Formats: sequence, C-alpha cells, structure tokens
Amino acid sequence: MKHKLFAHILLLAMLLASIAGARAQLAIEITGAGANQIPVAIARFDGESVLAGGVTDVVRADLRRSGLFSLIETGPQPISETAVPDLVNFRIRGADAMLVGSVVAMEGKRYEVRFRLFDTQRQAELGALALRMNEGQQRATGHRIADFVYEKLTGLPGVFSTRIAYVVKTGERYQLQIADADGENPQTALASREPIISPAWSPDGSKLAYVSFEAKKPVIYIHSLASGLRSVVANFKGSNSAPAWSPDGSKLAIVLTKDGQSQLYTVNADGSGVKRIASSAGIDTEPFWSGDWIYFTSDRGGTPQIYRVTPTGGNLQRVTFDGSYNVTPRPSPDGSSLAFITRSGGRFQVAVMDLASRQVTILTDTSRDESPSFAPNGRMILYATETGGRGVLAAVSSDGRVKQRLSVKAADVREPAWGPLPR
Amino acid sequence: MRKTLVVPAVLLALLSGCGSTPMSSDTGATVEDRNATPAVQTPQVTTVTPAEPTGGSYMDELTNPSSPLSKRSVFFDFDSFVLRSESQPLVEVHARFLVGHPDVRMLIQGNADERGSREYNLALGQKRADALRRALNLLGVPDSQIESVSLGEEKPRCTDASEGCWAENRRADMLYTGEF
Repeated sequence: MKHKLFAHILLLAMLLASIAGARAQLAIEITGAGANQIPVAIARFDGESVLAGGVTDVVRADLRRSGLFSLIETGPQPISETAVPDLVNFRIRGADAMLVGSVVAMEGKRYEVRFRLFDTQRQAELGALALRMNEGQQRATGHRIADFVYEKLTGLPGVFSTRIAYVVKTGERYQLQIADADGENPQTALASREPIISPAWSPDGSKLAYVSFEAKKPVIYIHSLASGLRSVVANFKGSNSAPAWSPDGSKLAIVLTKDGQSQLYTVNADGSGVKRIASSAGIDTEPFWSGDWIYFTSDRGGTPQIYRVTPTGGNLQRVTFDGSYNVTPRPSPDGSSLAFITRSGGRFQVAVMDLASRQVTILTDTSRDESPSFAPNGRMILYATETGGRGVLAAVSSDGRVKQRLSVKAADVREPAWGPLPR
Repeated sequence: MRKTLVVPAVLLALLSGCGSTPMSSDTGATVEDRNATPAVQTPQVTTVTPAEPTGGSYMDELTNPSSPLSKRSVFFDFDSFVLRSESQPLVEVHARFLVGHPDVRMLIQGNADERGSREYNLALGQKRADALRRALNLLGVPDSQIESVSLGEEKPRCTDASEGCWAENRRADMLYTGEF
C-alpha cells in the first residue's frame, strides 16, 4: 500500500469534453484524499472505442474522485477479459488490483460490457460481470463498473450510480436539481421564483419531498421525479416544513405550526393521518427518521440541541450536551453515528458523533456549514458551505480525510440531499 | 485489506503454476449474465414550473406611500422575539384597518438572519410572526383573519454579512389579501 497523499486538483468537467458547456453543472474538485489508497490498474477495455467517450474513463474518474484509490498506468493497449492478464507485471508496476474487459456490439445498437477484476498479489480473480446497455448509456455503465470495483476492494457498496438533489439559486430564480453523484447530467425538477428548501429522497429514490415557498408560505410537497406530478403533503395554517421519510416510505415526520410553535408530527405520504408526536414549550424541528428513532433539534433546554424520540412519541432522550448550538441531526445509514452542525467560536461546522461512545469529532475546516447528508454507504457526508461569499457543496469522508468541493459557476448551491442506492 | 471471492479451482491451479503466463482458456463463459433484468437504466426527471401567484394590491389605502398602512415591517433585536415598543403605533394602525375590514385577511411573514440552520431559522422566523399576530389579537383582530408563517432566512432584504444587514432581516412583514 502506498501512503501517498494526492495534492493535485482534478476538475472532473475537463474529462467530459463531450458535454455541452452551457448548462449550469457542478464541477468537482478534490481537496484531500484517503491515507491508504488502493493502487488499481484499470485497462482500456477491448473494443470500447465503439462507444463515444468509452467507459473506462468514467470508471477511473469515479475511483479517483472517491479518494480511496490511486490509478496505475496501463498504457494505450486495450486488455480483454478473455485471457488472464500479466498480473505479475502489473504488480511490479504497483497495482494491487487490475480490471480488464471488453465491449461487444450486439443487435439494435445495444452493447455488452464484460469485465473481470483480479487481485495481482494473490493472482486471484475477485469477480466478473457482464452488463448490457443501450447506446448513450456509457456513463451509467461506467458508474456500475466503478461500483463493482469499489465493493470488491473495500467491502462497502459503491455510490457512483446514485444521484444527488440540491437547490441552485441564480439571481432570484430557484431550481431544484437532480444530478448524478459526479455532478454530471443535471436535470431540473422544479424551477420557481420562490425559495425551495429541505429536499428529502423517498427510500426508493423515485420521489422527493421538499418545502416550497411558491404560495408565499412554506408548504410541503411530494414530487415524483419521472412524471413531474406533485402532491401537497401538508398545507396547514402557519408554516409546514422539514419533511423526513420513514424508512418504509409510507409516512413522513414533519414540522407544523398549526397548534402554536414549530412542533413535530407524522403524516401519511398522501397527507392523511396527521399525528403530533412530541410537545414542548419551545421549538422542535429538523426531524430525521432512522430505524426506531426520530432525531430532531429542540431548544426546550434553552439552547438548540439534538434529541431523539420514538415515532410514537416515547422514550425522549437528549443526545448532544456540549456547546450552545447543535442542530440538523443526520444519522448514518447504519444508525451507528450522527452527523450534525455544531457552532463553536462563531463557526458552523460538520461534526460526527459515535452514538455508542458519544465521542464527537469535527470533520471540516470550513465555517458556514449546513445541511449534512450521508452517502448511502455511510462513507461520505455531503453538505452545504460557503467560499468567497458563494454557496457551494462540499463532501467529507466520515473519517475527515477525503474532501471534495462541488460548485456551479455564478450560482449559489445549497440544500444537498444524497439519494439512495439504485434498486 | 479487502474482500476476496472464492476462486474457481481450475483458475487457482493454473495461476499457482506460473502467474505470469497469460491464460487463453474460455474464461468468458463464467461471466454472469444479467440480461434478465435491464442492467443499466437512465432515470428520467421532468421539469415543473409552478404558476406565479396573482399579485396586485387590494386597495390604494394599503399601498399609498403617504398612508401609514403602506408601512408593513416591524423589526426585532438579535435573538429576540418580542415586539419593540416603537413598533406599537404601526401595529395599532394595521389592527384598526383589519377590525374595520373583516373581509380582508392578513399574512404575516416572519424572517430571520442568515446564520445557522435554515429549518431552525424558519422556526425562529415563525416566533417573530407569532409575536406580531398576538399583538394584533390583543387589539381585537381575530385569528381567523390572520395567518402567521415564516420565510426563515430565505428572503433576506439585505445580503451583506454585517450586523446592520442582519438587523434588516430580523423582521416580520404584513401582506394583505391580493398580495399573497
């Protein structure tokens, strides 16, 4: 294993000459990398030149961007999976693993991409797969291949095929956008002259719940991404905000002011069955549903702190105690840790708490952090922050080592939400 | 370091003989075929553009700059949700109008400065809107005529990161029927 820290900056957009430059797109810079990078050789696949842009450039960009891999040169010569490659040679060049493959054209502009992954040290095959794709799906296919390599080499599912949602503010226009996890292929789900906040992915990834101010007040909507059909989940007198899906997607935890101050309720996804689940004399907000708990922010103790309660309103517990401002609780997908925003010395930073030991670590060196959102494998946390007076997205690994910045030219980007693994 | 899958015995045997010898056996046959379900799908997203709310003023009295009713904002101190005494005359003017026009409704939009969590700031803006609503209630305006909501930090009147600017944003605005 190399213990090299990569200091160079990669502008992912540069790899994509084929994408039209006019669209507002997230550009990703890597600002820190993992301490233990796995050196991997990704050969050009035999026959991949039939696909515009190929597929292995996407695989390499994904793996490099994760900060967990270093790429070993394989040269311009494609290497097919039909024969075992010269693994000793690539081991000598420093690779611990090697991916080889081929692209085979089929009838009707369809293609089959076959690939094998080898362990060069043990000279053993780690797995093989064939994916069939239509013309134009080479990026999606590349992400699937990168997911395969990531999972075989780290033991965790890859998140290269996931999508992210975020809000772009350009002048007085707000757009709720959905993009691939690498910032490519941005699509606008909602364009409005009024603010949009708090997007939350349904567990199946087909819908977003969010708060839109298009009715001059905060109202919660559910939006089916494929059809664009929307429904109102909560438009009660007062403010309606902070939607959070239940793990089975049937309900949402929400915040309403219809009975006084901001308080927690649950509601069925069709807007029926509103139930109050907690009561306080102060503010209760920012629920996040994780297994048997709903985490939330409350100032019932005098300052905003994080609490948790069961979905039926039982077993209330305070979770954070240090400091005077701990907000936006976001449990990791496995429920073992909690990301949140903490204020200290006038800075707002992403922190993570190990829920077993209650130990807190501040992960970022930025000072205007908001809205943390875990990747579905728990490895990275996407959040909003500010650089040069402009809203940008950033990502940090849950150990604080890998850091990335995602920005859109001449626009404010905020309110990120990392979508689930594709089904 | 990593997970290793079970390696077919034949492959192992061959590899253990001489690792650097390329194999040309028909390894392609063991590639898993995922054709049964579509392997790669490109999800679609459809764009929605909400209709603009119909604007326009309810009547001249509310918008004429020489009328005290054209003043629609009350301001709050840092971390405070209590109306300043200097706001009371303006609140009284609006209360009198609402009592005299029971068919007209008011939307109060509370606001907060930009520091900290958006949703927590939404809740803080709500406290300011509610403070103004209760002041109007005390002057005889029923709740049925008023709705208090929050815009949080989303609609700042001023966008510099300075105390003077943040003070502008710690406010509640009054809108009348036809304006929301």
